[in-house]
Amino acid sequence: MGILISKGTKVIVQGITGREGSVRTNYMKEYGTKLIGGTSPGKAGEEIHGVPVYNTVKEIAREHGEIDFSVLFVPGRGLKTAVMEAADAGVKYIIPCVEGTPIHDIMEMIAYAQMKGSRVIGPGSIGIITPGEAVVGWLGGNVDWANKFFQRGNIGVFSRSGGQSGTIPWVLREGGFGVSTVVHTGTEPVLGTSMADLLPYFEADPETAGVAVYAEIGGSQEEECAEVIASGRFTKPFVIYVAGAWAPEGQRFSHASNIVERGRGSAKSKIDAIKKAGGYVAETPTDIPKILREKIKV
Amino acid sequence: MARFLEYQGKEWLSKAGIPVPKGRSAATPEEAKQAAEWIGGPVAVKGQVQAGGRGKAGIVKLVNTPEEAASAAAEILAKTVKGLPVRQVLVEEKLDIKKEFYVSLVINGAREARSPMVMFSTEGGMDIESVLEEKIIKMFVNPVNGLQTYDGVDLASQAGIPAKDLSKFASFFAKLSQTYKKYDCQTLEINPLIMTGNGELICADCKMEIDNSSVSRHPEFGIKIARDLPGEPTELDYIGWSIEETDARGTGFLMNMGYDEVSPYHIGYHPIGGGSAMMGLDVLNQVGLKPANYADTSGNPVGSKIYRVAKCVLSQPNIDGYLLGGFMMANQEQWHHAHAIVKVLREILPTQKPGLPCVLLLCGNREDESLEILRTGLADLMTPDGPGKRIEIYGKEHVTDTKFIGERLLALSQEYRAEKDARKVG
Repeated sequence: MGILISKGTKVIVQGITGREGSVRTNYMKEYGTKLIGGTSPGKAGEEIHGVPVYNTVKEIAREHGEIDFSVLFVPGRGLKTAVMEAADAGVKYIIPCVEGTPIHDIMEMIAYAQMKGSRVIGPGSIGIITPGEAVVGWLGGNVDWANKFFQRGNIGVFSRSGGQSGTIPWVLREGGFGVSTVVHTGTEPVLGTSMADLLPYFEADPETAGVAVYAEIGGSQEEECAEVIASGRFTKPFVIYVAGAWAPEGQRFSHASNIVERGRGSAKSKIDAIKKAGGYVAETPTDIPKILREKIKV
Repeated sequence: MARFLEYQGKEWLSKAGIPVPKGRSAATPEEAKQAAEWIGGPVAVKGQVQAGGRGKAGIVKLVNTPEEAASAAAEILAKTVKGLPVRQVLVEEKLDIKKEFYVSLVINGAREARSPMVMFSTEGGMDIESVLEEKIIKMFVNPVNGLQTYDGVDLASQAGIPAKDLSKFASFFAKLSQTYKKYDCQTLEINPLIMTGNGELICADCKMEIDNSSVSRHPEFGIKIARDLPGEPTELDYIGWSIEETDARGTGFLMNMGYDEVSPYHIGYHPIGGGSAMMGLDVLNQVGLKPANYADTSGNPVGSKIYRVAKCVLSQPNIDGYLLGGFMMANQEQWHHAHAIVKVLREILPTQKPGLPCVLLLCGNREDESLEILRTGLADLMTPDGPGKRIEIYGKEHVTDTKFIGERLLALSQEYRAEKDARKVG
């Protein structure tokens, strides 16, 4: 089990012939992800690491039926139309693995996908991994590394940082836990999918016994999780670590989402909300497995 | 920076067909006088700085003649507000004010919104934070269709605008919303929006911020640097932006944090990854050190990009240490960092900063090879009396152990300062 992706998930890559697209296609395929095709207009008929290239997403859909996931390595200005293309072809989940997208394009692509019944994850996500089954994006980097540090287990992981989506599984592993699915939700100030949207998925997943989160200042994702927990829609142990308490207010850092304005989005606001809702707050990442150990009956 | 001064924002509003007062910017009293002559009649002279509370700071003055405009400008241009010098004034016609309103558009990333949000209030002209919540009408704007006139009518009507004025406000809101998107704004705030004696709506002030990620598609704005900085851009910021602007292979983010280049216990800060950077900022503050700058080399950048960032970080004058803060199990191959850091330290330490504390934490993908590159490449500097005697290299055993790393850096920095002070006395 796990959430969102598993062995049978049908995945395509938009922008498969580019530098990133090609390298990450190889990684996903080697890991065992079911890649049914990729797109690059005008390059239909070619293959990238054995994955067939098509001109459009609709071409793939006509040949293979419904597509579960599209991973996008289309930068900047081209991203909005690429997301719209995927939504028009009925792709269920669309995950743009690029950063620095214009904010109005982001809001428009998310709204458009929603109208078409699709869901955007990110933008700015480095991916999702269900260990031993499938990976989308480039979370894990290469197969050796991914196999070593993403071990299957019963903790669902969210991260707001691409890098830390590798760290939390590692500290969990050191603490004797494995992970069911790891999701990096992205680094932009507006995201198609929030952790709170996915908490019910982890609630429903029989393999997941608890959720661990790497959180940061800025935005309202953690406060939204607190609402879901308080309303009883997520009942498993929820442990969060929040970074950035000391970052100065009003300054935006390399994650465009890390900005505290007029006290909103501060570490304190997040920590208070989670505690009040009945979640647990770890002082350091290494405290996460210690808390889980107390709260999860083995 | 992607934030416009009032007069710049108003110029762009005017170009988009949104009414602003007749006015012109001036950098000298003489220019201010000419502007006032061109306008004719009483004018407002408004100092241009990126700070609120300009009225209280005494940089907004109402005058009746061009001569008075010149002397008001002379007085205002001599001032600094919150550390920022006033370099320009905006001279504009004095408005016949019947009523003041507040209107703004911002990005709302909350999951029920994921859209622009317009806020409107009949309580204009004061700090919006001091206006009662129920007096501010909020509405999400559909990102695909934009704000329609019927949305505008709804917004105005909820705020209690009389029936005869509803369509006037509605078309103003629709136009403002289109402009907000057309210019790729992050924030567009008009406070106050004025209704004049003869019923016209005019933007009496303007705060316009452009989305950093959209700056490249607006060459017409002439924005030199798309960063949210603590003050005016420094040389470091311009160099940092040039590294990023011309090379899309991974992130190479660099900016100043308000370091004066003399105060003690400032650290050349080089975290890897935005998340790791937050953890590092937390620990530096906890142990009593300060980041001289902010940086981030992640998203699998090439070695040359990492090298350029590291060289800038380490070249800052009078820093008392360098932290390569890789507080994460990176997915990217870390050997690019190892190669770049060896090259920079070999260039900087022996000739410019012998004995500088350098705590290097590098974890994740290809960690063993990367640490070996660091150890081998720096071995001859790391002798007891060598220029690299305060280099310490750590891996995944300390990946989230921020406290340990922070305390090592503090201890080494204290030792380094004592050595520096002793040399001064000697």
